[in-house]
Amino acid sequence: MDAITENIDFFVDGFLGTLGLLVLSGIGAMILGIIIGAMRISPVASLRMFATAYTELFRNIPLTLILFFCANLLPVLDFNPGYFNLAVIGLTFYTSPFVAEAIRSGINGVPVGQAEAARSIGLDFGQTLSFVVMPQAIRMVVPPLINVFIALTKNTSVAGGFFVVELFWVAKTVANLRGDQVIMILLAVAVLYLLVTVTLGVLAGRVEKKILVMR
Amino acid sequence: MSASVLFDAPGPKARRRSLITSIVGGLAIVGGLFALIWTLGSERTTAAGAVVTGLFHPSRWDIFLNPLVWERLGIGVVATLQMAGVAAVLAIIIGILFSFGRAASSKWIRLPVTVILEFFRGMPVLLMMLFVLLVFSVDAYVAGVAALAVYNGAIIGEALRAGIQSLPRGQREAGLSIGMTPLATRFRIEFPQAFRQMLPIIVAQLVVLLKDTSLAYIVGYSELLRIGVNQISNAPGVGPRYFFSLFFVVLAIYLAMNLLLSWVARLIARRSGPRLGATTGVTPDGGDPKSQLGAEGTTAITLPLRSNFDGRGDGQAR
Repeated sequence: MDAITENIDFFVDGFLGTLGLLVLSGIGAMILGIIIGAMRISPVASLRMFATAYTELFRNIPLTLILFFCANLLPVLDFNPGYFNLAVIGLTFYTSPFVAEAIRSGINGVPVGQAEAARSIGLDFGQTLSFVVMPQAIRMVVPPLINVFIALTKNTSVAGGFFVVELFWVAKTVANLRGDQVIMILLAVAVLYLLVTVTLGVLAGRVEKKILVMR
Repeated sequence: MSASVLFDAPGPKARRRSLITSIVGGLAIVGGLFALIWTLGSERTTAAGAVVTGLFHPSRWDIFLNPLVWERLGIGVVATLQMAGVAAVLAIIIGILFSFGRAASSKWIRLPVTVILEFFRGMPVLLMMLFVLLVFSVDAYVAGVAALAVYNGAIIGEALRAGIQSLPRGQREAGLSIGMTPLATRFRIEFPQAFRQMLPIIVAQLVVLLKDTSLAYIVGYSELLRIGVNQISNAPGVGPRYFFSLFFVVLAIYLAMNLLLSWVARLIARRSGPRLGATTGVTPDGGDPKSQLGAEGTTAITLPLRSNFDGRGDGQAR
């Protein structure tokens, strides 16, 4: 136990690092994902093709390779805002196609009749989307989006392998300092991860229940 | 929902406008990519004043004329595939065990298994690799395989449980009523159906597993990335000049493997579709599997999670 109390600073820093990565790359992925998702359902063919290619490409590259590129190759190209920011960039790009997919499937999940009804009472494209389709789609999108963020929480651990101070890095470092209490240290880190993922999971369950009632 | 519902059939004017937007947008994207490639390819002067050749200069790529490089890359591919293959087999076995535990009728088995399963699913794979590596002091390969197998086993187990639960109750009742023991019913009646129904999800998870073998890089396993980039560029007479070209070749190999497996996964999803008694009651919007629990016998199996799979839904869930 004293391995944890002695190194409590490490754990606090690591937890804040993980939360920072989660929040910043979560926001970034939301912005990028909404743009890509919008491109995927847009009537402009070239944008649609680009968004599809982007999604397929980034979903099939392992996260390790993306973060390797960010941490080891971008600095060589004279782009170096620090390892934390590089990891945020990598996680943003990795997560954005999943956000885009969640949004797209949410919009596709709104029954066609809804859009038909909106069109038949004379709403135009913009009105149909903003008054009828989107309000329903957003509700359907929230639970899968929370799942994306749960996965993102777990994925932030990869950044710890590329010089970012977060929970995995703390696990590695403190376990090296105190080889006698490895199990204790790793379990403590695991609990901290679970704190975030379980909270998000409970949130997802609540939202889902609320939506079920509304439908 | 098809896009055409959202707006009127375009007239000649709107069609021309849409074509122009499409071309302009396409040109902007192509132009942006070209500018990026051009910047990467042009010579740079570093802060120290040295001139560095562009990334596409032949001196950065001539290494691939050497068959030894390809041999090393081949070893890397084999190392990655070997880890993925062994972990996949173990993950399916562990998943089956988990699903039995999770669906057990005795709560002394069900509850602990549920807790363990949730614990594994909420954990980063990387942390599990580190745990196995340090606590059992095994080498990186074993740690990687064990962590990948347990983690993906937990997810496959959960999928199989959902499959078992979505079966009509009549299946189990029929098995019991012809005198099979509960275990035999589970094994010979329920499980084969659940497995077949959940096959697309299991295969999608195996694609994720292949992608995740690269995590073993961080705990020190010599897989494709480590062999292909770190080891080759550290070899005598190679040097960091080839860092970029090696990275892009490794990236291309990974992409090829993953896209191929994703394609196979989609093929399986299409072929083992909702054919199993899908005459009625297929919920296209993916209803809750539990709502099917007491359904009529003929409603048989629907594939509620399939819509998730088509977009590979939260395939990211590692």
